[in-house]
Amino acid sequence: MSSTAAPLTEAELAAIRSDFPQLGEIVQGHPLVYLDSGATSLKPRQVLDAERRFAETRTAAVHRGAHTLAAEATEDYEDARMRVARFIGARDDELVWTSNATEAVNLVAHAIGNASLGRGGAAAERFRLGPGDEIVATEQEHHANLIPWQELAARTGATFRWIRTHDDGTLDLGHAAEVIGERTRIVAFSHVSNVVGLENPVAELVALARAAGALVLLDACQSAPHVPLDVKALDVDFAVLSGHKMLAPTGIGALYGRRELLRDLPPFLTGGSMITTVTMEGADFLPPPQRFEAGTQRISQAVAFAAAVDYLDAVGMERIAAHEAALGARLAARLAEQPDVRLIGPADSPHRVGLAAFTIGTVHAHDVGQLLDEQGIAVRVGHHCAQPLHRRLGVTATARASAYLYTTPAEVDALVDGLDAVRRVFGGR
Amino acid sequence: MTTDTGLYQELILEHDRERHGHGLRDGGAAESHQRNPVCGDEVLLRLHVADGRVADISWQGSGCAISMASASVLHDVVVGLSLDELGERIELFREAMRSKGRQPIDEDLFGDAVALSGVSKFPARVKCALLSWMAAEHALDSVRAA
Ligand SMILES: Cc1ncc(COP(=O)(O)O)c(C=O)c1O
Repeated sequence: MSSTAAPLTEAELAAIRSDFPQLGEIVQGHPLVYLDSGATSLKPRQVLDAERRFAETRTAAVHRGAHTLAAEATEDYEDARMRVARFIGARDDELVWTSNATEAVNLVAHAIGNASLGRGGAAAERFRLGPGDEIVATEQEHHANLIPWQELAARTGATFRWIRTHDDGTLDLGHAAEVIGERTRIVAFSHVSNVVGLENPVAELVALARAAGALVLLDACQSAPHVPLDVKALDVDFAVLSGHKMLAPTGIGALYGRRELLRDLPPFLTGGSMITTVTMEGADFLPPPQRFEAGTQRISQAVAFAAAVDYLDAVGMERIAAHEAALGARLAARLAEQPDVRLIGPADSPHRVGLAAFTIGTVHAHDVGQLLDEQGIAVRVGHHCAQPLHRRLGVTATARASAYLYTTPAEVDALVDGLDAVRRVFGGR
Repeated sequence: MTTDTGLYQELILEHDRERHGHGLRDGGAAESHQRNPVCGDEVLLRLHVADGRVADISWQGSGCAISMASASVLHDVVVGLSLDELGERIELFREAMRSKGRQPIDEDLFGDAVALSGVSKFPARVKCALLSWMAAEHALDSVRAA
């Protein structure tokens, strides 16, 4: 991504790296070169400490009970919500905790499904789907932002359609303009594809959706950790993120929803903590965000998520984006200059984040990953939960290197140079 | 060339290139399609039986060097065995693969498959080595059920 902020200096980078204990690990006799942050990020001490501190001193259920610790825990939990909401430009009552992005997409899809069955009354009528309505996603999507929509279409009788990609995996905007039309009710797409690694033209897609009167859900899993994100400026209706990809622990994610939409949306999961009055005949529900947080919540994880965004804010998202844009450009350029490497996506795009997928010769990605692992280099191999995109690209699997704020240019070089081991074993296949 | 870990033995690379038994042939007694959803590796395998013995293993598939070499080795090891012996051999191979390196592969019984011994030390790759053997087991089950 192009950015005007200054990239991190060597001294700043060294200071950041010293916050991440796992960077000191030795793998297969080599210092770890972690290039799999797109799958999950490493965690800084500050986040681990925040989670531990909370567990050691504030363990109590939130929104239940009147004792001092319960009140303090509730305050920490709600404070965490406010900090994560602000990090993405949202108001605190617009942020719902989920276990991850997958659950967040499912929450929206199931809530709309419930509205389509008449739940939520007249207020939820605007969400009702049925035959003749269309849900649109893209061929680029992670399965998490694909299958819930296919399933919602199957449950409601709506039609599922998708925006094609070009041969290089980038979105075909011409096709988007054909697919999105007056029948379109929902448009779901990723801000940054976890395989192509480019920031998608959100404004153009939102404009098409708005013209059609459709709701927009943005999968911000691969953008929120890496570039400044402002859901209001992007004018999306929903956005989903996973904490574990942005320095927080596993088990916590978030759904952003515009206030007036969350207000009218019926719940997905039901049970304790999301109700006002319950009788044997039925229940009344709390306003959002609690309407969507049934059951005992991930409290220490939410607190740690807030510590994670504080850490990112302290470094500065503009500068992190600039650092990663430089790494991504180096990664793409160096991979593209290898005659036996096929880089997915354009080599010189200003929209690339610090992520690149590739194949080398006809060697299977699994074997590539193994031979890199022998050198202590961790990359992801496979279809990265994007089978349709891989099919479109004509490959079954790719290797993917992904950077983060702690990644160095030397690590990018280690990956590209490390491909020589693949050539040695497979003899230029 | 052998790498540090012994995973990519020359013999494995040779089998990956040569793929013994590759190509589907007519007249199988049963077939099985196995897929590893993690990496998309797949094998479609046919078990050919004559006089109660494995007459041929014909297969096609795509995947990593380990999964393709293992299918090639499977073909070499089991053609000619009785169906009971086939079942036993699959069971032994599975045990060896899941032994985390503790149970070596018997060269007399397994021929070139010994080159796959190192795989058992890589839990993430055991599935690759087992893919075609699982297909053979499913095909065997179908033959026995018929
Ligand atoms: C673009 C994208 N969307 C969605 C997801 C799903 O995230 P999670 O598995 O944490 O729910 C991922 C992560 O794998 C992703 O990269």
